Amino acid sequence: MQLILEKRAERSRTVALASPLIAIGLTIVTMTILFMVLGKNPISALYVYFIVPLADGYSLQEIAVKATPLVMIAIGLSLCYLANAWNIGAEGQFLMGAVAGSWIAVKTQGTGAGHWVLPAMLLLGALAGALYALIPAICKVRFGASEILTSLMLVYVADLLLDYLVRGPWRDPQGFNFPTTAEFDPVATVPTLIEGGRLHLGSILALIVVAAGAVLLGKTIKGFEIRVVGAAPRAARFGGFNANQLILLTFAISGALSGLAGIIEVAGPVGHLQPGISPGYGFTAIIVAFLGRLNPIGILIAGLFLALTFIGGEQAQITMKIPLDVTKVFQGILLFYVLACDSLILYRFRIVSSSPQVARGAH
Amino acid sequence: MRDTTSAAPHTSATPLLQTVGLTKRYGSFLANDKIDLDVWPQQIHALLGENGAGKSTLVKAIYGLVQPSEGELRWEGQTMVLSGPSQARARGIGMVFQHFSLFDNLTVAENVALGLDGKESFKEMSARLEQVSRSYGLPLDPKREVWQLSVGERQRIEIVRALMQNPKFLILDEPTAVLTPQEADQLFVVLERLKSEGRAILYISHKLEEVKRLCDTATILRGGKKVSTCNPKAETAASLARMMVGTEIKEVKPAASREITVPRLVINDLNLDPDDAHGVHLKGISLELRGGEILGIAGVAGNGQDELFAALSGERLARDPGTIVIEGIAAGHLSISRRRKLGAAFVPEERLGHGTAPRMRLSENALLTGHAAGNMVQHGFVNTAATLNAVDRATETFDVRKAKRDPEAASLSGGNLQKFIVGREILRNPAVLVVSQPTWGVDAGAAAVIRQALLDLAAAGAAVLVTSQDLDELIEISDRIAVMFHGRLSASLPTASASREKLGLLMGGSSLETKEQAHAADT
Repeated sequence: MQLILEKRAERSRTVALASPLIAIGLTIVTMTILFMVLGKNPISALYVYFIVPLADGYSLQEIAVKATPLVMIAIGLSLCYLANAWNIGAEGQFLMGAVAGSWIAVKTQGTGAGHWVLPAMLLLGALAGALYALIPAICKVRFGASEILTSLMLVYVADLLLDYLVRGPWRDPQGFNFPTTAEFDPVATVPTLIEGGRLHLGSILALIVVAAGAVLLGKTIKGFEIRVVGAAPRAARFGGFNANQLILLTFAISGALSGLAGIIEVAGPVGHLQPGISPGYGFTAIIVAFLGRLNPIGILIAGLFLALTFIGGEQAQITMKIPLDVTKVFQGILLFYVLACDSLILYRFRIVSSSPQVARGAH
Repeated sequence: MRDTTSAAPHTSATPLLQTVGLTKRYGSFLANDKIDLDVWPQQIHALLGENGAGKSTLVKAIYGLVQPSEGELRWEGQTMVLSGPSQARARGIGMVFQHFSLFDNLTVAENVALGLDGKESFKEMSARLEQVSRSYGLPLDPKREVWQLSVGERQRIEIVRALMQNPKFLILDEPTAVLTPQEADQLFVVLERLKSEGRAILYISHKLEEVKRLCDTATILRGGKKVSTCNPKAETAASLARMMVGTEIKEVKPAASREITVPRLVINDLNLDPDDAHGVHLKGISLELRGGEILGIAGVAGNGQDELFAALSGERLARDPGTIVIEGIAAGHLSISRRRKLGAAFVPEERLGHGTAPRMRLSENALLTGHAAGNMVQHGFVNTAATLNAVDRATETFDVRKAKRDPEAASLSGGNLQKFIVGREILRNPAVLVVSQPTWGVDAGAAAVIRQALLDLAAAGAAVLVTSQDLDELIEISDRIAVMFHGRLSASLPTASASREKLGLLMGGSSLETKEQAHAADT
């Protein structure tokens, strides 16, 4: 008896839908084992992770707030990944967007500037993210540099730039020496949707981005180009599509969405610029993109799910003293299983009896 | 089922190699279904069949590459179980594959050394290589790097590598597919000599005339089953073809009269450097192709046909716009989409990955080449109905067989996918069609449909440029034939006066680069 991996004639739609669920199931099994090793009751740990956050309105709002940047970034990343362009630096583009948008907020602070401030911040944030993403894209197209490495390395540049600004030129003079800007003016703040709540306008924007992504990929020739260039580069060239142009385009869109998510995060839930504005949204969004099968609707669902793990992780830390890093372990294991399960879409397992047995018997 | 014994008398009492009820199952698919085959010493035994008939599976089982699901192999009357090719080689079974497994950047001797199991030193091996190759009239310089060699010379390496193991049984998989007629003749001399030395040869081919000439016995496979074992010399090519295909093949008929009109594709002194180190330089290529004409380009693979296709399609751009003129407009600098808008259409050699995106649906693959012109895209949005309509029309017109309305390209058989690709381009009513290897690896039925479609397209007024390594195909459908050799294109000959011998000489480069050929013969 042996187990073989056999290529399917056509990709299986059932498995394509089931694969993320199988991956989540396997992750939960692994987490159960991990909780037991940590000496925690796995049932109550999983309950705190996945059920408790769904039980009250505040947590539900918080899930939506956390899902907003994840979904927005992941939609952009999915375009890159579909086109075989590997943008790993969304975190850096997120931070750059936050920095660039904050510049307007800092400069208009207390000047009584009008309602143009927030739209200008959002635009500048998106623009900065796009330009920042174009650096690895241009290096890739022009010099053949690996975009995986360059985009990743630029994350640390952005991180340190932000650090420098809030500790130096942009530090709040009344901030007791904390590395942070002053609280943004109301005109520089993303309005909340419910009075006194946490849900903000950015969540609506994220939904619009999801819809736009779905239309782009499903209905337009540009979306088709993106998919062909990734799936069959030589056929794409034969079709008249320019892969290099698409690398630039998808990186620019992805960077813009990351930058937009960054400035929304700063001008919304956080309210000022400071280090640590992102708990790794740009990296977690990579998991969201793949868990959502690089499909906009899938990404929306996956974004909410991973936001749940952030909230659940906080709850688990408070109530069960499980370290917050376990959430990152969870996310890593999840990505691992998602990628593993994806091979089942194109391949299937089959158990075969070792064939030469018959012949050997006759020997 | 009929079984006539071969004409040649057997010199020994038992066959050298037998397969008895050999069956190979892949899932529910029977690649080989209870095949009985006897190969005797001093016999050239042809294995005939269309693509997918099970020839490759059978020889892979004999060479130890696949394990039979049922049945057995016998070697000199004894049951034989092979767990891998090295065991087959140890018994004296050698194989020359259709697709060479050579490293371009290594020398001939290094390549041979990599394929041998023996323990002799590299120096001894090199010496033996030279000696074996000389004694069989297959001259090879052990120190040359493979990328410098012609396809025929590369095949020589594979054959010599097999001969150095002194095999009793040699399998050759479509050895003449890449040779000029003259090179094939030289190969036949070698094979006759191997036979006279008492060796057995299993010869896979679908060139029937060649099998009739060379082989003593032929076993014909169809759909995984053995149809017959016969003496090919006593059969006609037509009767062999009927056994291979199972039905009569519709004959391809050119239109009664065709009007030759204006020049639709003109190439003026096209020179182009290759984009990779081992590619071919296109040198001074010129031709003029008028509406209503089919021009065939013959030549051994790797003489610049791929580079010419890329230059014509616009996948590679020429420096001077005037070198390629489509429908009277200088197009050398235009992208493939712009050329399509001028009325050109292209069918590349590779179906999967070049002509189509394998894991995309047929409708998406219709969009792949249809988006530039026509109604498939409106204001940047894809008109799905129009793409599906294109699939339906191609399906209907060219009898594309598929499991559902809009499957993934990779799920179609080679012949059906090729019919779809050719149909997709022809239904766009091109003024110029450039097609490379239109029936490569396609079953005979589909090949006839495709050739007829090319003739009909020309009859409707289009200019058709066909590149093929199949001389019979070119002679069947072309009005004129030109030959590519080392990146140059010969003047075209009217098909009526283009004998196989004349074309064969041109394919060997004789009248084009006599010096170079003389040099190659020296080494």
